[in-house]
Amino acid sequence: MKIGVLNIQGDVSEHFQMIMHLHKKYNVDPVNVKTIENLHGLSGLIIPGGESTVIYKILKKSGMYEKIYEMAVSGMPVMGTCAGAILISRDTGDNRVNGMNLIDITIKRNAYGRQINSFIQSINIEDIGNFNAVFIRAPGIESPGNSMIMATVNGSPVIVRENNILAMTFHPELTGDNRIHEYFVSMIDN
Amino acid sequence: MLDLKNMKFGDELLKRGFAKMTKGGVVMDVTNAEQAKIAEKAGAVSVMALERVPSDIRAQGGVARMSDPLKVKEILDAVSIPVMAKVRIGHLSEASILESLGVDMLDESEVLTPADPFYHINKKLYKVPVVCGARTFPEAVRRIFEGAAMIRTKGEAGTGNIIEAVRHIRTVTDGIYILNSLTNDELFKITENISKSYVTLRELTSEDLYGESGKMPYNNVYYGMDFREISNEIFKVIKEIKRLKRLPLVNFAAGGIATPADAALMMKMGMDGVFVGSGIFKSQDPQKMANAIVDATENFEDYKLLGDISSGLEGMHGLDISEIEKLQNR
Repeated sequence: MKIGVLNIQGDVSEHFQMIMHLHKKYNVDPVNVKTIENLHGLSGLIIPGGESTVIYKILKKSGMYEKIYEMAVSGMPVMGTCAGAILISRDTGDNRVNGMNLIDITIKRNAYGRQINSFIQSINIEDIGNFNAVFIRAPGIESPGNSMIMATVNGSPVIVRENNILAMTFHPELTGDNRIHEYFVSMIDN
Repeated sequence: MLDLKNMKFGDELLKRGFAKMTKGGVVMDVTNAEQAKIAEKAGAVSVMALERVPSDIRAQGGVARMSDPLKVKEILDAVSIPVMAKVRIGHLSEASILESLGVDMLDESEVLTPADPFYHINKKLYKVPVVCGARTFPEAVRRIFEGAAMIRTKGEAGTGNIIEAVRHIRTVTDGIYILNSLTNDELFKITENISKSYVTLRELTSEDLYGESGKMPYNNVYYGMDFREISNEIFKVIKEIKRLKRLPLVNFAAGGIATPADAALMMKMGMDGVFVGSGIFKSQDPQKMANAIVDATENFEDYKLLGDISSGLEGMHGLDISEIEKLQNR
């Protein structure tokens, strides 16, 4: 199974490594997705953290934005972390970045403030368990809509799922703990 | 798995993590809110607030300090992307002021006039991540030991001349490559040499007092640390670089990038992203240049696209400068 990691900008190699580590157990291979052609034949796609404005701009320019939307609507699992969650949301409230509306959440960019307010917190994720979540200039999920809340921080959802789409406002690729990636792979399997 | 308890409340993870989010991006120098908006619109991953762009600092001379806090606040309010700001080498107070303003990352930069002739800031004492320039492998190692969250080449800012950035990439890369062939004994030797610059002040004191160096102990030579403690830490940094075969943090190119082709060259040489200073706002059409440099950084091997976006773009006037005028030697 090929799992794409969108390689436009941000911490791409960290996600790539996480999938490589799952290769033996699940027979998954990470694929660098830089062009629209690279999307062909993928079983799942990860949209990493980075700057949502930058990733959005290049996704639109290359036509990948529409292509990813099409593939996800026809069932391909997509996981968005931080900037990735913003890009797949229903509403960002910010015309600099329009979400693809793949998951029914409204999200606010930089909801916790600036870098000085970045933090690490242990959270308890449904079906996964305790997890050290790293929040870096993180967005906040203001309304989960029809999505299922898997964990919260101070009452706000930080990881949500709706069918084949998984979104989180923190960075599971930074701590070496690959259980969330494993969970995503199991979404593809099913 | 990472040991979060040993990471001092995870500060190092958050600082290096922030730097990772900028990978593959372009950080653009801006002096006001209007320029910051142009940069954000072009797809800059972050903007760098500074008083004057490097080519103006070069032309006008005088002491270059951190940007006016009023300007920094304007820039912070103008854009949604992270804001970095330049601080003078060793200027602890400018660093704390910029941190308190809410700047997302500091650049302890040779482009500004240095404040401390002996020491760089102990970056571990700050919650805000700091990027530092490095020309050579030893410089990179020292900045990492001091807690830098990101390294960039110094290049030669304000010249529009890429040769120094290329020189620094090649020099640091060769230093990393050669580690592979060194024994532990040899690693100890280079560690001693790389750590030596932390006793420069103590040796001067020795010369002042005794008329010769080497007469005084090397205790408390950098923020309460003894020479031995410093060299132990530096040895660990070197070992990690040897293991990873690269710097253990995000590594950008800076200093002299003036065209899309320059940005593409930096990426081709393995850099994680680029800083562009005078190259954008000293060009004929800053918005067009900014767009083109972002496109070039993302698509650095798409040569047809690079040709298209470079067509009719007029870059800044470049400078070929003498050794004495170089900012990188600071």
